[in-house]
Amino acid sequence: MYRILEKKRLNPTVTLMRVEAPLVAAKAEPGQFIILRVDADGERIPLTVADFDRDSGSVTIIFQVVGATTEKLNHLEQGDFIHDFVGPLGRPTHTDGLKKVAVVGGGVGCAIAFPVAKKLFEQGCEVHSIAGFRSRDLVILEDEFAANSTRFVRMSDDGTWGEKGLVTDALRKLIESGEKYDEVITIGPLVMMKFVCALTREFGIKTVASMNPIMIDGTGMCGGCRLTVGGKTKFACVDGPEFDGHEIDFDEAIARSSTYRDFERHAYEETCNLFEEAK
Amino acid sequence: MANMSLKKNPMPSQPPEVRNRNFSEVALGYDEKTAIDEAQRCLNCKNKPCVSSCPVCIDIPAFIHKVAEGDFESAYQIIAKSSSLPAVCGRVCPQENQCEGKCVRGIKGEPVGIGRLERFVADWHNAHSTEKPVRPKSNGHKVAVIGSGPSGLTCAGDLAKLGYQVTVFEALHVAGGVLVYGIPEFRLPKAIVQKEIDSLAALGVDIQTNVVVGKTITVDELLDKGYEAVFIGSGAGLPKFMNIPGENLKGVYSANEFLTRINLMKAYLPESDTPVQQAKQVVVVGGGNVAMDAARCAKRLGADVSIVYRRTEAELPARREEVEHAMEEGIVFQFLTNPVAIHGGESGFVSSITCQRMALGEPDASGRARPVPQEGSEFDIEADCVIMALGTSPNPLIRDTTSGLDTERWGGIIVEEETGLTSREGVYAGGDAVTGAATVILAMGAGKTAAAAIDRKIRGEN
Repeated sequence: MYRILEKKRLNPTVTLMRVEAPLVAAKAEPGQFIILRVDADGERIPLTVADFDRDSGSVTIIFQVVGATTEKLNHLEQGDFIHDFVGPLGRPTHTDGLKKVAVVGGGVGCAIAFPVAKKLFEQGCEVHSIAGFRSRDLVILEDEFAANSTRFVRMSDDGTWGEKGLVTDALRKLIESGEKYDEVITIGPLVMMKFVCALTREFGIKTVASMNPIMIDGTGMCGGCRLTVGGKTKFACVDGPEFDGHEIDFDEAIARSSTYRDFERHAYEETCNLFEEAK
Repeated sequence: MANMSLKKNPMPSQPPEVRNRNFSEVALGYDEKTAIDEAQRCLNCKNKPCVSSCPVCIDIPAFIHKVAEGDFESAYQIIAKSSSLPAVCGRVCPQENQCEGKCVRGIKGEPVGIGRLERFVADWHNAHSTEKPVRPKSNGHKVAVIGSGPSGLTCAGDLAKLGYQVTVFEALHVAGGVLVYGIPEFRLPKAIVQKEIDSLAALGVDIQTNVVVGKTITVDELLDKGYEAVFIGSGAGLPKFMNIPGENLKGVYSANEFLTRINLMKAYLPESDTPVQQAKQVVVVGGGNVAMDAARCAKRLGADVSIVYRRTEAELPARREEVEHAMEEGIVFQFLTNPVAIHGGESGFVSSITCQRMALGEPDASGRARPVPQEGSEFDIEADCVIMALGTSPNPLIRDTTSGLDTERWGGIIVEEETGLTSREGVYAGGDAVTGAATVILAMGAGKTAAAAIDRKIRGEN
């Protein structure tokens, strides 16, 4: 059992939790993920490590309530326990030798993009962070990005925060203005990453995308998280979660991510009803 | 006077048309009278061929003799000297290739039902014994075991009985390894596995779940933390696919994933939050025990199920009993058939699978007849779910993070056969991580061998 040391609502649907998990905290690096189960009948869901503190032995996760499991998780409070919490899984983000990087995050993906930006910034890399949200009330980690980026570009779909437009609009503008990036790192909805990668392919800029497919064990055993990269089947849990964005078959990944959509919608509604009735 | 019946006492079982709709255990077990009757078929022969073909060398005639006398607890104590998981082995061992395969009674007629008797004795003990396991006096030495499957549990149990302080590190949230994520409830009830694990805990074995060795902690760190030896029993690993078109469509599973959703995550129970596809027509590819398990699980979820296998019935690697059970339960077998492509429908889910007919050719490297594709024999099978049960390749997590650990080109850890010692001093390995996918009992044998070698090493005998 893993104690929740802190819980913070970042926006109406996104929550931050700092969890006591010393073994995970001792090893975690940006780009890696954990798998948790909320309770004894819970499913295993992967969540990317948003931050970690080796001294206090805590790991921070940031999640959006999108289904039954995240809804249940969101009902736990500071001092409550998460049933299972295992990691760190996957390979860390490769940051060695990078001098100038654009970090492109979308929505709750910014929670995963942030530790990457922070690590790069701390090692002296020039970091241009581009964060995109649907609107102002969904913005997370604004101050954190601002403090850990050489340049921070805010984008929103409706223009209520920063500039109106997509992250790809902002990235194109920067590239066309003459910014030369060693690498673009993108984390967010699959469709967003697909278009970021299409854009950077046009300019021949190496791009890394962080994938978050359905998985169970997270150690390579089930193969549920497989995706096609450069024509070969890869497992996101052990080969990733980050891959060369120009090689990923995003359409396949988008299709696979909807495997349990009907089940998930039903389970989510049921869970919400249970919490309603309990009130 | 021995019971000279040529046939084994049949195993009482749920009728096929009933059991293929539930996840309760198929075989119901002998009662006391049947067990005694079956035990009386043993001739108690002098050279005991059954014992020499048991990977953990249970004194089979001795325990059967006790069963024949009705002294079931003594029978259990004889088995327990050699096996730490009798209730498990009585259910899942391929006895036909081991003890029963060598039984003298099998020369004319059926061998003694050794597996059924082992199961009976273990179940009888679990139901009747009130004795609490005695925690041995600690010898002050610490050993780490990686993985809580059959090899890890056996190694941990043997060492704990000798007084070692054993910590088992398990990557998943429950202990048991393949016994809980792989083998279905209807073949091996999870309560039985839990009972075995509880009895190890009572011996003082500390089981740490949610620790992925190679990620959360490394083998070297375990050695630095004062563990005097490490046993790697991390199991089989990554599922293989065929690399045919359509394999990443929705509705295509590895058998590992399908079985894990059902067995570990209990996706068949309403209270489980884990989904599994409610398929109507399932095609399972492969002919091993895992393929049988996946097919029988899919059947129980309400699907029409066929198994596609590229050789003939005679070459099926699965245990005969599993094949018979699957056939009785209404699973259709398509022999000499191999998939070449999987097709998707509008929903993005699988809609059909194209297969081709095969013929058997010359023997290949494995000694089995090589299946040869028949030109122009392609045909389609309608399916909304395809399960690939093609075996696994070793997991890279430990070998990639342990310097100096030699592995075979295909990834299996190289060990000295008599001890399980790897190329690293103090590091031992066994089970599927060494052999590739094999059986529960072989993994147990390897755990046992390594436990004995670790004990000799720590006591300074070699």
